[in-house]
Amino acid sequence: MKTTRDCLIFLGQLAFTLLVAAFLIVPAVLSMLAGITSNYFLGVKSGLTLQWVLQVWELYHDTIFRSFLIAFSTLAVTLAVGIPAAYALHLRNDRVSRAVEEIITLPLAIPGLAIALALLLTYGGFSDFRRSWLFILVGHAIFTLPFMVRSVMAVFAAIDVKTLDEGAASLGASPWRRFCDVIVPNARPGILAGSLMVVTLSLGEFNLTWMLHTPLTKTLPVGLADSYASMRLEVASAYTLVFFIMIIPLLTAMQVFAGYRGAASGPKR
Amino acid sequence: MSGNDKTNGHGVALRVHACAKTFADGTRALEPVTLDVARGETVVLLGPSGCGKTTLLRIIAGLETPDAGGRILFNEADVTRVPIERRNVGMVFQSYALFPNMNVSDNIGYGLKIRGVSEAERKARIAELVALTGIAGLEHRRVDQLSGGQRQRVALARAVAARPSVLLLDEPLTALDAALRERLRGELNRLLRTLGITAIYVTHDQAEAMALGDRIVVMRRGAIAQVGTPRDIYFAPANRFVAEFVGAANILEAECNAGVLLLPGGRLALANDAAAAALNGHANGRIFAMIRPESIRIIAPDGAALTGEVDSVSFVGDRQRAAIGGVAGKPIMVDVPNSTPIKAGDRVGLSVDPGDIRVLAGDTA
Amino acid sequence: MSKKTFIGLCFVPLAILVAAFFVLPMARLVVTGASGHDGLRTYAAILLDPRYRATLINTILLATATTLATLVISTISGLFLQRHHFPGRAVLIAMLTFPLAFPGVVVGFMIILLAGRQGLIGDVTLRLLGDKQVFAYSLQGLFLGYLYFSIPRVILTIMAAVEKLDPSLEEAARALGAGPWRVVRDVVLPALAPAFIASGAIAFATAMGAFGTAFTLATDIDVLPMLIYTEFTLSANFAVAAALSVGLGLVTWAILALARSFGGNTVAAAG
Repeated sequence: MKTTRDCLIFLGQLAFTLLVAAFLIVPAVLSMLAGITSNYFLGVKSGLTLQWVLQVWELYHDTIFRSFLIAFSTLAVTLAVGIPAAYALHLRNDRVSRAVEEIITLPLAIPGLAIALALLLTYGGFSDFRRSWLFILVGHAIFTLPFMVRSVMAVFAAIDVKTLDEGAASLGASPWRRFCDVIVPNARPGILAGSLMVVTLSLGEFNLTWMLHTPLTKTLPVGLADSYASMRLEVASAYTLVFFIMIIPLLTAMQVFAGYRGAASGPKR
Repeated sequence: MSGNDKTNGHGVALRVHACAKTFADGTRALEPVTLDVARGETVVLLGPSGCGKTTLLRIIAGLETPDAGGRILFNEADVTRVPIERRNVGMVFQSYALFPNMNVSDNIGYGLKIRGVSEAERKARIAELVALTGIAGLEHRRVDQLSGGQRQRVALARAVAARPSVLLLDEPLTALDAALRERLRGELNRLLRTLGITAIYVTHDQAEAMALGDRIVVMRRGAIAQVGTPRDIYFAPANRFVAEFVGAANILEAECNAGVLLLPGGRLALANDAAAAALNGHANGRIFAMIRPESIRIIAPDGAALTGEVDSVSFVGDRQRAAIGGVAGKPIMVDVPNSTPIKAGDRVGLSVDPGDIRVLAGDTA
Repeated sequence: MSKKTFIGLCFVPLAILVAAFFVLPMARLVVTGASGHDGLRTYAAILLDPRYRATLINTILLATATTLATLVISTISGLFLQRHHFPGRAVLIAMLTFPLAFPGVVVGFMIILLAGRQGLIGDVTLRLLGDKQVFAYSLQGLFLGYLYFSIPRVILTIMAAVEKLDPSLEEAARALGAGPWRVVRDVVLPALAPAFIASGAIAFATAMGAFGTAFTLATDIDVLPMLIYTEFTLSANFAVAAALSVGLGLVTWAILALARSFGGNTVAAAG
C-alpha cells in the first residue's frame, strides 16, 4: 500500500539516518585522511605521505607493543579466572552465586575513574608494582572480566551444560576431566566472543589506564591522548589511524561471529 | 460503512475477484482466486500450512495487496486500494496481538476510541461485549495476567467492538490446548451466529472447519480445491486431496468394469451415478474410489463379495479401528463397533453400500 | 574430589582477583572519602559545596540531554533500518555501529575534527557564513561527543528490540483503524519502552562517568569526572576525589540497577 505519504516518510527517515551516519563516519574518515596528508590545513592536494605514520612509529611504537602485551595478558587472566567462575556460577545458581555475579559486574556500572582511584589509593605505595605494566593489567582484568564471565555463562545457559556435565559424570569422568573434555569445548563460542570483547576493550581502555600509567608504562590510548594534546593534527590523526587498523579486524571478527551465531541460533520460522 | 449499525446483524457481502499473490522474491503464494461470501455467512478457509489461506485472509484484510487484476469488494464497493485502517475489518490474530500496554477494556475499546466514539458510548459497548464473551470482572486486568482462553475472548471482543464489515479470524484457537479449544469452538460458533456478522475463518483443523463453517473453502498450493458446505466436503469431496485432508478416507485405485470395482479381495458394486462418473473421465478403466472407514461393515467371510484379513486393531474409545489387508493394494481402515469381536489374523468379509462409494476425479496426489 | 569441592575450587582464582583488586580497593576508596579533615562531612560536601553541587547538576543535565537526544535519534534511525530493506542498508548499519569500539579519547578527537579549530564545521561555516564556528571545547562539543559515543550502542539495542516486536501487534492496531502515527504512538513506542529504559540508563550512566571524552574536550568545563581528576592530580585532595568518586559510582550504579528492575537487561556499558 505505497502512497506518496509513505514515500515521503521513507525519504525523510533515510535522509535523517544518512545524516546520523555521516556524523559518525565523516570525522573518522577525516582523521584517516589527515593521517596521510602532508598538510591538513592545505588539504589532500598538498599530497599524500606516510611521514606522519613513520613519525608515530618512532615516537610511540613502544605504546603499541605494550598495548598488545597488556591486552593479551588481560585475555589470559580473564580466561583463567573467568571460565571456571562462569561454570561454578552457572552450576550453583543460588543466592550466593548471584551476589558474586553482582559484585563482579559492578565494574561495568562504576566509572573507570573511580576504580582507578581505588587501586591507586590501595596499591600506590607498592612502588615496584605501581611502576610496572602489571598495575595496568590488574585494572584491565577487573574491568573486562564481567564481559568474559557473562559471555561464557550465556552459552552455558543456552546449551544446558548441567545435563552435559551429569552425562559425563554418569560415564565416570572426574570433575576436572568433565571440565576439560566437555565443559570448555562446548563453551567455545562464548569463550571466543568474550575473548574478542576483552581484547578490543583492553586495547581501547583509557579511563583506568590514564590514572594507572607512568611515563614508562604508556599504552596506545594514553599515547593518543598525549598526541591530541601536544602534537600537530596530522600526527594525532596518523596515530588514530594506527589504532583503527588495530581494532578493525577485531570488530569485523566480532560482527561476523555475531552474525554467524545469530544465524545458527535464530528462531526457526 | 456499517459503523453505526445498531442491529445485531452487521457485515457486508464480500467478493474476492481473481486475487493472486506473488511475493517480491518471486514466490507464488496464491493463484487467482475468486470467491463470494454472503452477508452474515461464515466461510472457513481450510488447508495445510503453505496452502495460501493466510495470504488470502491478509488480502481481504488489506495487509497484502493482490497482484494486478485482483479486486476485493465489500457490498460491491471496490476496497482493493483502501488500507486496512480504513477498511473497517475486525481481525483476530493467532497470537491475539493484545496490546500489552493497555488493560482489557482499553484493548476492547481501542477501535472505538480511534473512531472518536464518546467515552460513555464506548463504556456501554465494552460492557456489552464483556458480557457477551463471558469475561466480566477482567476489565481492568493487564493482558499478561490473562489465561489463553481469556486472551482469545478479549481479542474477539476487540475485533468486533467497532462493528466491522467483516470479521477475519486467523487460526484463533491454535494457540490453545485441546480441551479448551473444543470448548471455545462451541462458544465461538454461538457468538458468530448471535452477531450474524460476515466472517472469514482460517484454520488447518478440519474439525474446527466442520463445526464453524457455513461453507468451507479447501485450499491447496495456493488454489481452491473445493468450496462447499461441510457436508458436501465430507461426503462428496471433489478430489483425492480433499477426501484425504478432511476426515479419514480409504482411497482405492482399481479397475472398473461395468459398474463394478475389481479389487484383489473381490468385487465392489458402484451406484449408477458413480459408475457413470467413473466411465466419463477414465477411458482406461482404472479409477480412484473413496470410502470412509465408517461406511464399511464387517460381515461373515463366507459368501461375501469382498474379503480380507485383519492386520491390526486399535481401540479408539467409542469404537475400534481395524486395518484390513488383502482387500486392496494397501490395508484399508474400517470402523468397527466395540460390540463386534475382532482380532488380528481373522478373516472377514466386507460390505459397503454402493451409495457410500465416491469416484474421485483423477488427481496426481 | 567431589563435585562440590571442584566448584569451590573454581571460585578461588575469581575470589583472589576480585577481593584483592576490586573489593578491597573500593572499600579503601569509601574509607578515604571520609578520611579528610572534614571526615564524613566530605560526602555531604558533594551536595552542599556550591562548586561541587553546580558541577554535579551540570553533569546530570548534560547526561540527561545526551540520553534524550540519543534515544530520539536512535529510535528514528533504528526503526527505519529494521523496517526497510534497501540496497546499502548493511553498509549503513556497519557505519552506524563502527564507532562502537572507539574509546572516549578517540571520540573526543573525532569531535575536534568536526568542530575544532581546523574542523569541518568551522571550515564550512567560514565559507558559507564567513564566520568560523568552533565549539569542540565547549559544552556543545562535549554534548556532541557523548552523543557520538552513545548512538551506536543505543541504535543496536533499539534495532534488536524492534526486530523482536510482534508484527501482528501493529497489524491489529491498523485493523482497528489506527493510522501510521497512531500505530507508532499507541503500539510501537510502548512496546519499545523496556529497550528505551535499558539503553537510556546505559547512555546516562556512561555520560555521567565518561572521562576520556571529557579529558580531551572539557579542559574548561566543569563535569564530575574532570572535577575528580583535577582534585586528585592537581590539588592532591584525595578525600574529596574519593568521596566524589563514590558518589558518582553510586549514581551510575543506582541508575543501571533501577533500569534493570524495570525488566530491561542492561548490557555492555564500557567506556
